[in-house]
Amino acid sequence: MNGQAITAVDEKTSWFRDKILMGKTVGEYVRSLVTPFNVIAAMILAVGLPVMAYRFWKGLGASTHLSDINPWGLWLGFDMFFGVAVATGGFVMVVGVYLFGRKDYKPMVRPAILTGFLGYFFAIMGLAIDLGRYWALPLPFYYFGTASVLFLVAEHLCLYLMIQFIEFLPAVVEWLNLKKIRAWLDKIHIGAVILGSVLVMGHQSALGAMFLLMPTRLHPLWYSTFIPYLFFVSCLYGGIAMLIIESMISHNVFGYQLKGQEHSEAHMNDLTIGLAKAAAFCLFAYFALMTLSLARGLAHGDFTMNTLMHTGYGWWKWFEIGFGVVLPMFLYAYAVRGNNAGLARAGSIVAVLGVMINRFNVVMVGLNWNAPVRYFPSWMEIMGSLTLATIGVCVFKWIVNRMPVLYRLPDFPDVDH
Amino acid sequence: MAVSRREFLKLMAGAGAAGAAVAAGAPTRAEAHDFTGNPDRYGVLCDTSLCIGCRSCEGACNVANNLPKPVDKAQAFENLKVLDTKRRMDHAHFTVVNKFAKAETGRAETFVKQQCMHCDEPACFAACLAKAFTKTPEGPVVYASDHCIGCRYCMQACPFYVPTYEYQDAFTPRVRKCTMCYDRVKAGGIPACVETCPQEALIFGKRDDLLKIARRRLDAENSGYVDHIFGEKEVGGTCWMYISKVPFDKLAFHTEVGIEALPRLTYGYLATIPVLHVGLPVLLAGFYVITRGIGKASKDEEAHK
Repeated sequence: MNGQAITAVDEKTSWFRDKILMGKTVGEYVRSLVTPFNVIAAMILAVGLPVMAYRFWKGLGASTHLSDINPWGLWLGFDMFFGVAVATGGFVMVVGVYLFGRKDYKPMVRPAILTGFLGYFFAIMGLAIDLGRYWALPLPFYYFGTASVLFLVAEHLCLYLMIQFIEFLPAVVEWLNLKKIRAWLDKIHIGAVILGSVLVMGHQSALGAMFLLMPTRLHPLWYSTFIPYLFFVSCLYGGIAMLIIESMISHNVFGYQLKGQEHSEAHMNDLTIGLAKAAAFCLFAYFALMTLSLARGLAHGDFTMNTLMHTGYGWWKWFEIGFGVVLPMFLYAYAVRGNNAGLARAGSIVAVLGVMINRFNVVMVGLNWNAPVRYFPSWMEIMGSLTLATIGVCVFKWIVNRMPVLYRLPDFPDVDH
Repeated sequence: MAVSRREFLKLMAGAGAAGAAVAAGAPTRAEAHDFTGNPDRYGVLCDTSLCIGCRSCEGACNVANNLPKPVDKAQAFENLKVLDTKRRMDHAHFTVVNKFAKAETGRAETFVKQQCMHCDEPACFAACLAKAFTKTPEGPVVYASDHCIGCRYCMQACPFYVPTYEYQDAFTPRVRKCTMCYDRVKAGGIPACVETCPQEALIFGKRDDLLKIARRRLDAENSGYVDHIFGEKEVGGTCWMYISKVPFDKLAFHTEVGIEALPRLTYGYLATIPVLHVGLPVLLAGFYVITRGIGKASKDEEAHK
């Protein structure tokens, strides 16, 4: 009796030690946490978590610079509009691998889905701290405000989060060694991929379509009937660029996991170049669409050449396109031509910054441009966004350290879909 | 997945019956598309040339809507010094009156009352994902806080910058705006501000009648009015309308809004969504079927070698 009980406890301890503490004792594990990254993250959280608590205790008025005239700010601009735009790596990868037959990209699918899932999850967390009545978040699904573009966004974000969870679940069940569930997940996999892809096209464009209601409140250089499609195309290269950055960092940080796996440094560079090619095409499509959009605005008299050439907004628009679109487009193109993965990585950083500048311009710079009071985020808003991003990176690290994300377990060979 | 002939016919018969049922009760295309609103809806006509800036409408609004009382004498509704600075609505003031001095208007000193315009096709309604806004048949656009999740899209969508928010409330903040005293109107009454106005600068009535009154005033000989009824056509028509002897752009009116109802700007996009939902899965499944052999085929070939 006694002996059995002890064994059971032992098994439990060893499971915990094995799965959660990565095979270390509690003392060893805690000591292993003291790394430069973790110390910085802890410092951010030490300030950021109380700031969030303050927001929930005292309200948006006490913690943000939001006002009746500027009801939207950094938490929507950064966490929701930018965060979601660069979290499409998972979508791009599953479409490429499972629908377009680029099976050579399989090693990148799981990290891409994890990045995407966490990106969406923390975008919704950002929304939750921004919502006045965060506790009422499910209400739209009870009242069904289908006349609203935002309903489409909410519905699709919610469903797509679940889809990404299902897409990532194989890594979780492999970690927990649940063979039966893994086999069942393989069966529903392709359905999840197709449904997820439809949802991404829906909500990414819908995020842009939200601004169709604001022809006077959004600056004419950013208001465009093309805005749903501009948002969708930019999320494609945003997602790819983020994916390149993520794989670059993962391979530096988690390189020890990749010993004996098939993707070598050279293979990784090839994949990066391939992604750079795709991103360059998307950037070019975006550039063309943006040019058409501006030409249309000029032709319709929404703004004049004077707005474009002689106002701060005009110059800022040039910068957005020049730095955020044209520069990464050429960096990618040269990277592909010279087979230079390093240049592709540099291009990715510029491209992601470009998407961020664009979303900030729409949500914060261009919006309410003619209002008497302009918006600038409070330090608590900046801290809140930084905190959520930090938690996101920590969760990513926690999962990649434990689950088969970058590598595959020998017990679970890849199923050909 | 094979469907027998009998099942197929049953399915089609069902679909046909459902279609007929929908068709029987449905309005014609013209009725649905060209609906111009309930002809009996109410509105308020504000004649800015009659307003003397006494702020009694602000006071009446405060009482009728149970808004927070002024904290001190400087804020009291009797204090006309308040008019020296331009104000806008906030969570405690559903309406404010602003003074435009001679120097600003180029003509007489003019006062403008500001509140929700109660659009016929409100952008706030089209923005809300939980149907918190209702365009009532009587005209007022009203908000229900028990639907609200606090995303503030309605505030951002309003072309007149009307909705305000209880930012100071951490747990149950509400969007606040003029209700055109919907409860009083429903009970056969008139809005508090209209009732209290000593100058009859505000007239409450059926919107169609108000338009006639406004037109008569504008058309009278040497009337001095600007030949425009603000709200007659703006953003598809509003229930609050203004006439003025000073050009509207000199009175900080949102003259840039145009005449198209804002919700219509999203219709084209929203119409593509059902097509996307049905068409894309088929297309993508097609891609899957075409490409799924790619990895396997090469393996088979290797095995043959």
